[in-house]
Amino acid sequence: MRTRLTLLLAVATLLGSGCAKKEAALTANSGSNPAPRKVLHFGNGTEPQDIDPAIVTGTPEYRLLQTFSEGLVSEDPDMQIIPGAAERWEISPDGLTYTFHLRADGKWSNGDRVTAQDFVATYERMLNPVLACQYAYMLYNHVVGAKAFYDGKTTDFSTVGLKARDARTLVVTLTQPAPFLLHAMNHYAWYPVHIATVKKFGGLTQRSTAWTRPGNYVGNGPYVLKKWIPNQIIVAERSPTYWDRARVKIDEIDLYPIELADTEERMFRTGQLDVTNEVPLTKLAVYRREHPESVHVDPYNGLYFYRFNVQRKPFDDVRVRRALALAIDRESLVKNVTLADETPAYNFVPQNLLGYRSEHTFKADLTEARRLLAAAGYPDGRGFPRADLLYNTLEKHKTIAEALQQMWVKNLGINITLVNEEWKVYIDDQHSRNFQFQRAGWIADYIDPHVFFDLWETGGGNNDSNWGNAEYDRLLHTALGAPNNPARYAIYQKMEQILIAEMPVLPLFNYTRARLISPRVKGFYSTPLDNYPWKYADLAP
Amino acid sequence: MLRFIARRLLETIPVLFIIVTATFFMIRFVPGGPFTAEKAVTPEVMRNLERAYNLDQPLWRQYAGYLGKVVFHGDLGPSFKYPNRTVNEIIADKLPVSLELGAISLALALAVGLPLGVLAAIKRNTWLDYLCSSVAMIGICVPTFVLGPLLVLTFAIHYGWFNASGWYGPIDRVLPSLTLGCVYAAYVARLTRGGMLEVLNQDYIRTARAKGASEVRVIFRHALRGGLLPVVSFLGPAIAGILTGSFVIETIFQIPGLGREFVNSAFNRDYTLVLGTVILYAALLIGLNLVVDIVQVWLNPKLKFE
Repeated sequence: MRTRLTLLLAVATLLGSGCAKKEAALTANSGSNPAPRKVLHFGNGTEPQDIDPAIVTGTPEYRLLQTFSEGLVSEDPDMQIIPGAAERWEISPDGLTYTFHLRADGKWSNGDRVTAQDFVATYERMLNPVLACQYAYMLYNHVVGAKAFYDGKTTDFSTVGLKARDARTLVVTLTQPAPFLLHAMNHYAWYPVHIATVKKFGGLTQRSTAWTRPGNYVGNGPYVLKKWIPNQIIVAERSPTYWDRARVKIDEIDLYPIELADTEERMFRTGQLDVTNEVPLTKLAVYRREHPESVHVDPYNGLYFYRFNVQRKPFDDVRVRRALALAIDRESLVKNVTLADETPAYNFVPQNLLGYRSEHTFKADLTEARRLLAAAGYPDGRGFPRADLLYNTLEKHKTIAEALQQMWVKNLGINITLVNEEWKVYIDDQHSRNFQFQRAGWIADYIDPHVFFDLWETGGGNNDSNWGNAEYDRLLHTALGAPNNPARYAIYQKMEQILIAEMPVLPLFNYTRARLISPRVKGFYSTPLDNYPWKYADLAP
Repeated sequence: MLRFIARRLLETIPVLFIIVTATFFMIRFVPGGPFTAEKAVTPEVMRNLERAYNLDQPLWRQYAGYLGKVVFHGDLGPSFKYPNRTVNEIIADKLPVSLELGAISLALALAVGLPLGVLAAIKRNTWLDYLCSSVAMIGICVPTFVLGPLLVLTFAIHYGWFNASGWYGPIDRVLPSLTLGCVYAAYVARLTRGGMLEVLNQDYIRTARAKGASEVRVIFRHALRGGLLPVVSFLGPAIAGILTGSFVIETIFQIPGLGREFVNSAFNRDYTLVLGTVILYAALLIGLNLVVDIVQVWLNPKLKFE
């Protein structure tokens, strides 16, 4: 029996020690072992799906693609369009033809030249229905013939308005003017891929391939993919072939997929991270007091709102929708609940987006809210039917919903029921319009007020409110043909007037992104799309 | 014994089949799918996506296709969420990490829990027993999401001995293993104490003492064997749980283990990854329960392989 017992203990010990695989220590703790190279340690949110621009859909992936790839155009720190892979371009007077001239020194990370044919082949792949790219609409909504090709009505790509006139000239022809196209082109849906590499590792229409793995991946951006250990680290190394490499100052960026803001904050304190993706809201005030130099809060191109289902009672009555919107103290909400310097929203578009400012806003007005509610048949909230507010299960949304619930009880005498659902169930209910009113948010894919007006087009894929207005739709399309931005923005002002009168959604605040940044990081800034042009950043020794 | 093992292994096949079938259909009937996203996917794109993953086919055909691939090729399919990785690769990458974390934690749990339990049983109703039992109770009550950050605050941030999180060098194994190990150590201590107390009251222990055996010999030679039985029963499912990872520990310490995939795959409706992790967990659970049964017969002369 002693033998058996000894054996048992030996197995337990073996389990304990035998499996200890010794991995080479990465340079995670920069504090203890200062490297001669400039290495930035960056918290990148969730684990990225992939780095194939035709496959991915999220923000962490967007940041990675900006690290490893570059589109035809780029954006400077003021969000103005600057040259990227294209050194210059011309737009035809009717706004329908864009001719891009690629730079002569544009190279892929394997040394190949970046050509106009690469872009055309990338877009052909993206529009191939078999690949099922989720952002294909970013192309087929604008480009001549692209929708027919995507729908399989033709297999002849020469019918699509994407053509390489020669190795350095790309011509894009649109179905209707899209004044925001250059900004939209800074979205990764328009980034090129190295077609020969994609072909080599599984083919052009295969979603699950290994072409994006370290060692295989070829990109044209400021950094190259050196290492990717899923759920642990992605190492980006300065590209020796990038055309603007002289401007790139940081040698290596280590991107960590970290889901918990608290974990990030602890890593920041031990020096494992130079830049975090978030800050735990409960610690924001402490950091502001004790380390204000590390706290950075930037505007984020998004709107937090509640969406009404205008076909469900009681929100089929515009007076009820407006009453709820007017009875909220948004200043108090952002100051006491959301805590990260969000701006209260009294309109439908984040302000000062490429110079657009709403002329029409509403304001909190309790008297008017009570009058509207009484006119709708619910004086002092009497007889108000059950109204369920749906939100996805997250502490922040719950807290906001509870605050608003209290405001409506106090100000209007109506009691809202809070209902939470797991994310995908909640989204499913949203898209099937199985809700009375629900929490929602919208983060733009690119910088232009159009993104926020496009949302509420009648029957639009992301409208989900059952609201529609023929005049609004007409203005939306008229705006696209406007000769210049001031003319286009004037039309948007009219559209915003309609939205305020009809209130299909209840705007609450515009998002911000709060993060911790080590003072040794210089020249780093976040764009309103929450991505970072790395080539402007530097690290102090 | 071989017949016993062979019979048990044969019984495993229908059990696994039922688990796979139930999981396959349950996850399909949950609202939302792998491509349900806040930004609505246009109907054309959705059609193509479903075609790309064979989701446009009747459910029975998808099921038959999946089962065929798993049984005949051991192919768990591509992940929906991470298209450039297959489920086999994800498990192969992450299981060793969870295994390593689990093994160290388990060794720690046994090294601490067993002596504490034995000590508490021998010194029953003394201050030592109360101390050991209280420590064990605290270990069970303090959740890992409290203990983990506390350890990080103390040893990583205050003393600077460790990284706050990550899984890079051997030193990064310390805090997560300690956190996970403490919980299991507490259970092991409680179970060992209970098991030992029961055994120490048995006649054969009295006989051993009457024959003049030393207390050390009584405890380690005669009592411990029987006292360990509840611990062994507990260790079967515990090892399966520990090896398939701990969601909380892996999230707090940023460990690339399988535990997070277990939970996140369900949230992501990553059908193939959900099935892959469930199959793995079920197989481990069944396998380890078999091992537990064998060990129990081995330790307890009253039991036989039947």
